[in-house]
Amino acid sequence: MIWPVDLIIMLLVMVSGIGAIMVRDLLGAAVLFGVYSFLMCLLYAIMGAVDVAFTEASVGAGVSSVFFVAAVFRTSRRTKD
Amino acid sequence: MRFIALITILLMGGLLFYGLPDFPDWGDPASPASTHVSPYYIEHGAADTHAPNIVTAVLADYRGYDTMFETAVIFSAGLACFFLLRTFRQKSAETKLYRHIPTGVTLRIEKGGKTPAGSEEFEPIDSHWVPYDMIINMTCRLIVPFVQLFALYVIAHGHYSPGGGFQGGVIFGAAIILFAISHDLRSVFRRLQEKTAILLSAAGVLIYAGTGVLCLILGGNFLDYSRLAGLLGVDAVMARSHGILIVEIGVGLAVMAVMVMLYYNLSSAGRHDEGL
Repeated sequence: MIWPVDLIIMLLVMVSGIGAIMVRDLLGAAVLFGVYSFLMCLLYAIMGAVDVAFTEASVGAGVSSVFFVAAVFRTSRRTKD
Repeated sequence: MRFIALITILLMGGLLFYGLPDFPDWGDPASPASTHVSPYYIEHGAADTHAPNIVTAVLADYRGYDTMFETAVIFSAGLACFFLLRTFRQKSAETKLYRHIPTGVTLRIEKGGKTPAGSEEFEPIDSHWVPYDMIINMTCRLIVPFVQLFALYVIAHGHYSPGGGFQGGVIFGAAIILFAISHDLRSVFRRLQEKTAILLSAAGVLIYAGTGVLCLILGGNFLDYSRLAGLLGVDAVMARSHGILIVEIGVGLAVMAVMVMLYYNLSSAGRHDEGL
């Protein structure tokens, strides 16, 4: 583990995670959640859990982003709260 | 309501941080997992199952029972989405759009108008305006077979490199979803119907559980693949390796079909007429 890389990824994980909750545009939230998943995948890969990183990349960053976009497409793009 | 939710989340987060120091450090050699559990798999994994990737050996062989129910969870997620969203009541659209294939001209037919249904030269298109883009269509058509081939490689090569049924199944499903996004739902239904997807997802779980029952019939424990040695014509260790591959194929089938089912239902709001 290289600590500066680790620190930067951790910070980005927090930023994208909080951003995904706070942002009003649900499509933006879906994209930010994809970013969050991909950064988590990087973290797993850094820690040596390559299988988990692979799953996270394919499920979290790949397919679930598509599902979110599809759900936003069929509902509304703005949150109520 | 927001305030209560915030308090709850802060409380749970605080509890998590309170419990965190009791966990062993990352990679701590004195932690229980590193002293009792991991050494056995590291020392015996390859000799027991012929699978150099220990994660696959643990997931599909030593802890195969857990993975079977993971697959069942995926299957029930697909079923839940089906039961929640699927509607069989067709809402006929006010206006219908048809594209004349040779020229690319779009026809807009008002309610009550005569539609060119059944004609070879027209194809129905979604009522949300979808621009016809040859570059996107052709690129995705070109990429999809390679993505599918990679997914099969991930499933089949799970013994030796990261991957396995779950990841391979998701990638295979993603290839079909990519095709659905780049074309439309109708053209993907011509290749993989909803009924086929449901049957495939059930078949995946059945392959997994059936392998376990087969081992039980042949006199072993549930999911003890070494009992398959007689059927497969190999020795007990190699039979465990083949057993892992068989259940990985089951997992891959189930996951692929469920991902496609989820996409069908989500993108068309359960109506399966027109989607993303």
